[in-house]
Amino acid sequence: MATMTMIQALRSAMDVMLGRDARVVVFGEDVGFFGGVFRCTEGLQAKYGKQRVFDAPIAEGGIVGTAIGMAAYGLRPVVEVQFADYFYPASDQIVSEAARLRYRSACDFTAPVVIRMPCGGGIYGGQTHSQSPEALFTHVCGLRTVMPSNPYDAKGLLIAAIECDDPVIFLEPKRIYNGPFDGHHEQPVVPWSAHPKSEVPAGHYTVALESASVVRPGEDLTVLTYGTMVYVAEAAARETGIDAEIVDLRSLWPLDLPTVVGSVRKTGRCVVLHEATRTSGFGAELTALVQEHCFFHLEAPIERVTGYDTPYPHALEWAYFPGPKRVAQAYRKVMGS
Amino acid sequence: MPGEPGQLQLQLHVPEPTGRPGRATDFSYLRVSAAGEVPRPAVDIVPSHTGTMAWKMIRVLDDTGHAVGPWAPQVEVEALRQGLRSMLRTRAFDSRMLIAQRQKKISFYMQCLGEEAIAVAHAQALQPGDMCFPTYRQQGLLLSRDDIDVVELMCQLLSNERDPIRGRQLPVMYSYKRAGFFSISGNLATQFVQAVGWAMASAISGDTKIASGWIGDGSTAEADFHNALTFAHVYRAPVILNVVNNQWAISTFQAIAGGEGTTFAARGVGAGIASLRVDGNDFLAVLAASRWAAERARRNLGPTLIEWVTYRAGAHSTSDDPSRYRPADDWRNFPLGDPVARLKQHLIGLGAWSEEAHEQAVKALDTEMSAALKKALTYGSVQDGHIPPLETMFEDVYKDMPPHLHDQMQQAATLGG
Repeated sequence: MATMTMIQALRSAMDVMLGRDARVVVFGEDVGFFGGVFRCTEGLQAKYGKQRVFDAPIAEGGIVGTAIGMAAYGLRPVVEVQFADYFYPASDQIVSEAARLRYRSACDFTAPVVIRMPCGGGIYGGQTHSQSPEALFTHVCGLRTVMPSNPYDAKGLLIAAIECDDPVIFLEPKRIYNGPFDGHHEQPVVPWSAHPKSEVPAGHYTVALESASVVRPGEDLTVLTYGTMVYVAEAAARETGIDAEIVDLRSLWPLDLPTVVGSVRKTGRCVVLHEATRTSGFGAELTALVQEHCFFHLEAPIERVTGYDTPYPHALEWAYFPGPKRVAQAYRKVMGS
Repeated sequence: MPGEPGQLQLQLHVPEPTGRPGRATDFSYLRVSAAGEVPRPAVDIVPSHTGTMAWKMIRVLDDTGHAVGPWAPQVEVEALRQGLRSMLRTRAFDSRMLIAQRQKKISFYMQCLGEEAIAVAHAQALQPGDMCFPTYRQQGLLLSRDDIDVVELMCQLLSNERDPIRGRQLPVMYSYKRAGFFSISGNLATQFVQAVGWAMASAISGDTKIASGWIGDGSTAEADFHNALTFAHVYRAPVILNVVNNQWAISTFQAIAGGEGTTFAARGVGAGIASLRVDGNDFLAVLAASRWAAERARRNLGPTLIEWVTYRAGAHSTSDDPSRYRPADDWRNFPLGDPVARLKQHLIGLGAWSEEAHEQAVKALDTEMSAALKKALTYGSVQDGHIPPLETMFEDVYKDMPPHLHDQMQQAATLGG
């Protein structure tokens, strides 16, 4: 089996689906001839032609709006918003249109679009190339919000998203496009090829939406996290010696609640970890769900480790990023040590 | 006060209509062209050469009801009679529903009085399978079809057990895929760019169908309008971009949307799109311009933007009182008149219609609408509680109901709704 980076795996997913399903089209800013600023669509226009893989004007509202029209026609558009930080002009099309078209028309029309967006920081992107806006999507009924943390899941989840009849927001943590990153920015970059989840089948397979993955079984506490933070959670477990059970949610909403609840009931302790800002972040929802479903199993208050409630800074990126030190502190706190 | 003495002080310009309550409108701002005055170019005209058509006003019916000039369409008399009947049917439907709203049988309504020719004549230029992305004032697209049951439309307005969209939308936000009528959002302008996407999909698929997007003068100010023009132009999408300029967006005059000293059609020319400005109350002009645009789209020549100049004769909705912001008799003075009266005059001139036939048709339609409402009311209404069942609140949020919605549905059922 070939090893792939996240970028190659995402490209492979689109390649497989363009090849299998004539309804699939791929477009966005710079995605056509050039292959995307992160190279995720490189070579796809040459292979499938300009009718199916093409460049779009710099107008996120237009990209998502036309994608909804295409989906209503019967196509399966997969669009790229160059950075998640740029989706805001498309908010009305995402929230009021894609998410509610099935409902408001009683299934007369549907909008099975996939909206890919690189998200998260750690690349010195400053406040306009680093955001993690997942909570803005999980708050919207009718959307599915997905965030993979490794090449295998990235491909399987993207294929599942393209085959899904609901609109899917597909967030790609750009810091781990080329290798897992545990928050130790001072250390050399680790390539994907050293990671078992970089083994990716060449053909079609799916990773089910609404399925979380226990990436590290453990007994002491449960970490609920996703994306880049999966590796930070692992580093903190290594460094503290605390036997953390790390749950990679993969699908943020709808959520695999049984896996979450099962893990927290088993360990009795819970740390919620994300890179996004804290207040009203997705961690708040996770914390509420855990106390609703696991209150009598909890040995300690739930801890949240998140980005600070500030814009993502440029110079102070690593002070902002919730790295292993902050996560380790939370582990110790819930362990009472 | 800021500013240097002796220098001209800057001043903000806020456009005003010429007419207000108690002060008659000066409609010369419309710059109405004479019927037959504007040339009709070949459909493969270079889009940037349509400036004249975007600045003047394409008109076919003259003041005496004769069809004149190069835009006068070849059309069977029966199609015109059908068009008149459909306009009357739309008007009868609207008028009956307004009464129903006043009687509190429905909660809200939006009529299209004075604008009927646009949707009805446009529908005659489209083919089965084409898709319209309408606003809430194109009910004429549905009411000109004999395969749409008015009782069902009324069930939507009543939000009752037979509402095809299960009581989820305000009255008039219909969805009829089988009739080429896209689900109305209620958010303005969003559908305009979706129409372009649908048309792009038809082109990507090598299909023969075209799309027709609709927007009002007011919401052309939204970014979605500009996105639609850009994408339609860039990809030469087979779409007709209809701007219904009825002069008023609730209480704001069209100049507040940017119509002062220019036209909405002119925006299309600037975007590289073939554009026409048309008398929207002239059934024959609407038919001719719609056919021209549809032929361009079907021949892969790309999009056409059409500004339909008309007048919103009624209130914006049943929640609005236009006498507070415009002259009460404004419509009577509108230089483009009433589309029904103008087509009627034309047909009578052709010897194909009569006052008696007209009166009979109006009476028959009133009877039809009253009977239909009576029947629709037998299926209940939001007032009498004969509404879609509780589970319809939770269904169709996703294709398959996720567990959290299943839990919430059970909770709601336990509490009895």
